Amino acid sequence: MSLAEFAAREGLHKVGGRPPIGSYLVDVWRRRAFIYSLSRFRIEAENGRNRLGMAWVVLKPLIQAAVYGTIFGVLLGRENRPDQFILFLVIGVFFFEYFSSCFASGAKSITSNTNLVQSLSFPRMSLPLALVTQRLLQFVPMIVIAIVLVLAFGTMPRWEWLLLIPLVALFTVFNAGLTLITARLTVHIRDLTQLLPFITRFFFYTSGTFFSVERRFGGNETIMAIADVQPIHEFMDLARSVLLTGPDYVVETKYWAYSAAWAFAVLIIGTVYFWAAEERYGRDD
Amino acid sequence: MAETTDGANDGRRPAVVVDDVHVEYKVFGTGKRASADEKARKLTKRRRTTRTVHALKGVSFTVYEGDSVGVIGSNGSGKSTLMRAIVGLTPTSQGAIYATSRPSMLGVGAALLRDLSGERNVILGGLALGLTLDEIDAKFDEIVDFAGIRDFIDLPMRTYSSGMTARLKFAIATAREHEILIVDEALAVGDKRFRRRSEARIRQIRDNAGTVFLVSHSMQSIRDTCNRVIWINKGELMLDGKPDEVIEAYEESMQ
Repeated sequence: MSLAEFAAREGLHKVGGRPPIGSYLVDVWRRRAFIYSLSRFRIEAENGRNRLGMAWVVLKPLIQAAVYGTIFGVLLGRENRPDQFILFLVIGVFFFEYFSSCFASGAKSITSNTNLVQSLSFPRMSLPLALVTQRLLQFVPMIVIAIVLVLAFGTMPRWEWLLLIPLVALFTVFNAGLTLITARLTVHIRDLTQLLPFITRFFFYTSGTFFSVERRFGGNETIMAIADVQPIHEFMDLARSVLLTGPDYVVETKYWAYSAAWAFAVLIIGTVYFWAAEERYGRDD
Repeated sequence: MAETTDGANDGRRPAVVVDDVHVEYKVFGTGKRASADEKARKLTKRRRTTRTVHALKGVSFTVYEGDSVGVIGSNGSGKSTLMRAIVGLTPTSQGAIYATSRPSMLGVGAALLRDLSGERNVILGGLALGLTLDEIDAKFDEIVDFAGIRDFIDLPMRTYSSGMTARLKFAIATAREHEILIVDEALAVGDKRFRRRSEARIRQIRDNAGTVFLVSHSMQSIRDTCNRVIWINKGELMLDGKPDEVIEAYEESMQ
């Protein structure tokens, strides 16, 4: 009798195999306390040594919006600026910041935690998911600031604002899916981290973060067709349409369907793609 | 093959079966092997070459439940590669490893955050090991007392001495019941008192029907904790048997 037959007879399992996706996802769900604590403690650790501590979660995006506002507000000139430009910009920058921080640091969520992956066995998906959770926790105060600013500029609260909840949920689903994809890609091709800042920049300039795609390219059918299906642009436009009123902030209902389709498609692809290489993470070949 | 250990199982169930395991690494060499006639060329021309390192060459053995196995061998003999293959971190290029449950390395250090308090790190480390919040709650005092850091539990871990950090890591890592545990030189840390306590903890894990692998250069701690020793040399299994016999043969070869 060979050792392999002996092991099989005694009910031993082969080490290093990948669990089927169903039980894998159950495993991930069991680890939710770990995922949540990891993300919360990381925020704490990041800010613990700064004098202003947790205030930076809120200060950083505000400063960013102020910088972009000064630059682009002057560059664009009055006639190209949409109504309520400051709010337009703040919402755009905050939403983009959520996307780009997931995209950029999510890509490194496995490679920068090699030690952790090599020493403990847990479903590796916990790491990118913890990263997205961390960014979500940092995003919520930014939304609160955006709402405060909208109120400060004289817009009355409306029931429609509740639509922010499903919108942020969809955006999180989208970001999680994307993070899972980039997290695995970076494991195979480390060089990707060199490219990612440029991809992020590209989306920053093309998604209408600081200018209105509709105003600038409204007449060009090709560009508008692309903008219609570009997910980040969709999410930003939806957020503005929920919070702001006026002719610049009307979006078609189909944007909701499009963005939901994007979110779930990316999540499903990302989950399967990430799981498929589960036993590969942490190996140093 | 299996015959080497089949006689000694006393009807116990096997926990880990290592079946003719080979491990080969492909490494990018950033230079070349030095040879005199090539030296001149080498300075001007740099090429990336791959070299294959044969780290394990057909290792087989069976370990039974409750075994405490010492793994010895000189530096670079393949001990750590074997352990990493057993936990599934290094792929085998030939052969396979079977186990009753997924073996784990004793180590939780990578999950901890230096800027957080000891208390937070006990929670985080426990969760990383797969404990639930309730289980951590129940074991919290035991972990803190075992590590002997009760007075510093609310301070950030970066303020701890290296001994305190090592004790805390060991205390968290052993708080979970491991069915198959691999300890790689972990006993070399801490002062004498802690060393004694950690060896006792390892024996306790072994007595709870767990299986322990101990990789160490300290023959004393292997004699104290193991009931079986495996000697690896240049990627091959040299000897497998009772601690006294194997250690004696090993030390003779080192003369």
